[in-house]
Amino acid sequence: MRTLPFILQKEFLQIFRNRSLLPIIFVLPIVQLVILSNAATFEVKNVRMSVVDEDQTEASRGLVRKMQATGYFSVVANSPTADQGADLLLSTAASMVIHFPLHFERDLRRSGTARVQMIFDAQDGAKAGVSQAYASSVVVDYSRELGANIVLDGIPAGIDVIPVNWFNAEQRYTTFMVPGILVLLVTIVGMFISAMNIVREKEIGTIEQLNVTPITKSQFVIGKLMPLWVIGLFELAFGLIVAKLLFDVPMVGSIPLVFAMAAVYLVAMLGFGLWLSTMTDTQQQAMFLAWFFMVIFILMSGLFTPIESMPHWAQNIAELNPLAHFIRIMRRVLLMGADFSAIRTEFYWLVGFAMTILPMAVRQYRKVSH
Amino acid sequence: MAAKDSSTERVVIDVRDLTRRFGDFTAVDSISFSVKRGEILGFLGANGAGKTTAIRMLTGLLEPSSGDATVAGFDVYRQREAIKKNIGYMSQKFSLYEDLTVFENIRFYGGVYGLTRATIKSKSDELLERLGLQHARDHRISGLPLGWRQKLAFSVALLHEPEIVFLDEPTGGVDPVTRRQFWDLIYETAANGVTVFATTHYMDEAEYCDRVSIMVDGRIEAYGTPNALKNQFEVSSMDDVFIRLARSTSQSS
Repeated sequence: MRTLPFILQKEFLQIFRNRSLLPIIFVLPIVQLVILSNAATFEVKNVRMSVVDEDQTEASRGLVRKMQATGYFSVVANSPTADQGADLLLSTAASMVIHFPLHFERDLRRSGTARVQMIFDAQDGAKAGVSQAYASSVVVDYSRELGANIVLDGIPAGIDVIPVNWFNAEQRYTTFMVPGILVLLVTIVGMFISAMNIVREKEIGTIEQLNVTPITKSQFVIGKLMPLWVIGLFELAFGLIVAKLLFDVPMVGSIPLVFAMAAVYLVAMLGFGLWLSTMTDTQQQAMFLAWFFMVIFILMSGLFTPIESMPHWAQNIAELNPLAHFIRIMRRVLLMGADFSAIRTEFYWLVGFAMTILPMAVRQYRKVSH
Repeated sequence: MAAKDSSTERVVIDVRDLTRRFGDFTAVDSISFSVKRGEILGFLGANGAGKTTAIRMLTGLLEPSSGDATVAGFDVYRQREAIKKNIGYMSQKFSLYEDLTVFENIRFYGGVYGLTRATIKSKSDELLERLGLQHARDHRISGLPLGWRQKLAFSVALLHEPEIVFLDEPTGGVDPVTRRQFWDLIYETAANGVTVFATTHYMDEAEYCDRVSIMVDGRIEAYGTPNALKNQFEVSSMDDVFIRLARSTSQSS
């Protein structure tokens, strides 16, 4: 094993002389954390509302004012008929219609119950759902103020839900996103740099020179993996610092535990990248494959959409996604303060991935063609 | 190292009916030859004649389809890693890392062959002095002229004192003066008892070799000293030998 230090020395030198790599390592974390955790938000603001008010009373106008006052809704049009209101939805000028039938106020006064209809543009189901939830809560508030009961058509009423949120009490979106984004960051750096690595030697032709030396397959792969492993862990540390300083993300759990998990996770992902690299002949092919897998890994990771709401077959596939497991670990440790016993299953998964993929990469790398 | 075996008659490359097929295509068709210690073998042939395939089998990069061969006494099927310890190789494609300096390249390849840091240090000083490249020790390879790079690549291939060095078109694209200097290095190496196995497209270089093999369509069509071949084909230069062979095949096909 006297050879390994020489290989490591050479790999580090080459990584730090690669001009496109250093900016990626340092700029990527900041850009990703800032953009993804702020811009990729599910919060819905500025719902454009078309009002169809057949009642034209203080009660109906009161509800509209109250909705506007939340800051989430703005009135873009007052339409005289329901059909005209619906037209605005079609032309996407409005994303919801609120329809007060005639006698809205009278019914409220007489029986304490009145109906109002809301129609949402549900092309984006998530957005429609969130808008609807906001609107319902405004209606409930308003009913209470009037001491009456306003029934929203199509929405079951009568059950009061009192939400208590643990672990992220203010439901801050960034708090929830940052641990996941950190995983993404480590993954992108790890998988892409490693995928480009061996294939680069193929492109410039030095692989052939290496293949006639007594270098062993595992020396070669480990020599490629270790520098990137160090960089990946550094990247995680850098990302955590940025998250703490810029977003004040709570870090409840043990940071050493996070790094221990990341160490295993990185072996799996770097092994995967190197495996792609040994299979391909050009950096272009390697990049393409890396992207292909990256998109699948991200979509099935639970980063943006919860795995629990996926169909069963997709949930089973997601179990085979290292990203999903590491995101779970990061959220549990950073936000919930989970200790090792709480994430043991996830840890075993990661160990399993690492122990499968790395030997695959070593095997796939051939010194002799057949 | 060179004095390890005093017998200059020792055979270091022995090839018997070596064949490599890729599907229906036979790239190397049952070739046989042997090379003795300290000899310079010129391995000639037109593009696509099978030279590179033959070299790749002898250096343990490619598994033969059939036939036998030993290189430095080791079998090309079962002892590839032992072969690799005992040969040097300089490929057609450029083999040094352009983003590393001269010394960093030497250090890396020295390390891969298991030399100690102290040995690497002294060997690299010696090597750079011999090539007159001391001033370029800490320059990146990308900034060096091609001729220098090739001489350097050759010397790096000899760093671990191999018994045999394989050169795949070492002088391609190099100017005549540098080519001449390169062959001086080859002579010096062979004089130290290292066997040199070189492919080339330059027929003047073929004249410098102790023995020449000419491959045509996967077979060795001519094998012998340059003078013997010239007599056999009744011509005055290796150039004519080559053209005669190339023409006979283009007529037969």
